[in-house]
Amino acid sequence: MKIEFTINGRNYKLDVNGDEPLLWLIRDTLKLKGTKFGCGKAACGACTVIIDGQATRSCSYAARIVNGKSITTIEGLENESGLHPVQQAWINQIVPQCGYCQSGFIMASVALLERFPNPTEQQINDSLTNFCRCGTYPRIRKALNEAIENMTSKPKSAV
Amino acid sequence: MRGAFLYLTFISLLCGAWVNSYSNSKRDLNAVPQETDITPEEAFDLMMKVLMSPRCLNCHPSGDRPTQGDDLHIHYYNVQRGPNNRGAGIQQCQSCHQNSNNYYTGVPGASNWHLAPKSMGWQGLTKIEIAKIILDQSKNGGIGLDSLVTHLTNDSKVLWAFDPGINQEGVPRSLPPVAKETYIEAVKIWAENGAPIPNDD
Repeated sequence: MKIEFTINGRNYKLDVNGDEPLLWLIRDTLKLKGTKFGCGKAACGACTVIIDGQATRSCSYAARIVNGKSITTIEGLENESGLHPVQQAWINQIVPQCGYCQSGFIMASVALLERFPNPTEQQINDSLTNFCRCGTYPRIRKALNEAIENMTSKPKSAV
Repeated sequence: MRGAFLYLTFISLLCGAWVNSYSNSKRDLNAVPQETDITPEEAFDLMMKVLMSPRCLNCHPSGDRPTQGDDLHIHYYNVQRGPNNRGAGIQQCQSCHQNSNNYYTGVPGASNWHLAPKSMGWQGLTKIEIAKIILDQSKNGGIGLDSLVTHLTNDSKVLWAFDPGINQEGVPRSLPPVAKETYIEAVKIWAENGAPIPNDD
């Protein structure tokens, strides 16, 4: 089937297998390798992208549903003024260990801060449900707090 | 010779009885009946067999977390009801559940996927209690009987129960114990007869 969508600001018209997961389309067809395959069951969040403002697990999102939508992947966060504040905070706090899951965490965090610029602890707990096998969760929280502080100038207490 | 004849006769009667019994036990559950086949009392029981199946109960939790599977275990991945019955924070139901079942990953889907409101939590209730709250407009969102029948017989999420796809292990999800056509007929017969609820005892 033919679908038309925007990814990282660029428009695409593609003939795809509509049942194919969006993740396949992103990685194999468009060669955007920053989004990772983890569990393939919408559980771990390594494949998280943002679709029309909503954090979405792309391994479980059929390509046909993408038609007419706007997608942002980890490659689309940086702009002419530099890295996204969440990306910069991740670097500053040296969050990644192996790093495999981190693009999913960053995309989930960006989606969180777009919806809740100064989120409560409960909103963070409810939202960041990705898995990190290296156990970098404390550093993720520090980086998220730094990003919140930089984006809102309202410091949050350290976790 | 006479003994053999009697033995064969006995076996034939036994088989006939089994077939008759088997077909009767299956009739209520899986056959597509004529309208006159189902009494209002039977209609209530047939309807409730569906509403109390895991496919329905999982999205009608009595608490603030949906459940999964035939054992109604708490939904994995810290999924929460949230303020609008659609998830909490950025983890919305539709972050994973799309408009149709996903056969690549086993994630189920139907349009407008979300939890029933907490006032419509059915888990832990008897069929009598469930019937009372689905008719209680203070709990069912203020809908009357006609709208209730429409929900029960047309809503994409309700009908998903009869086409629930595969689970994460690639195994087809279990179906409600009543065929879709029988269930829809039962709901209509129950409603057309005044939506009677049997006595508690």
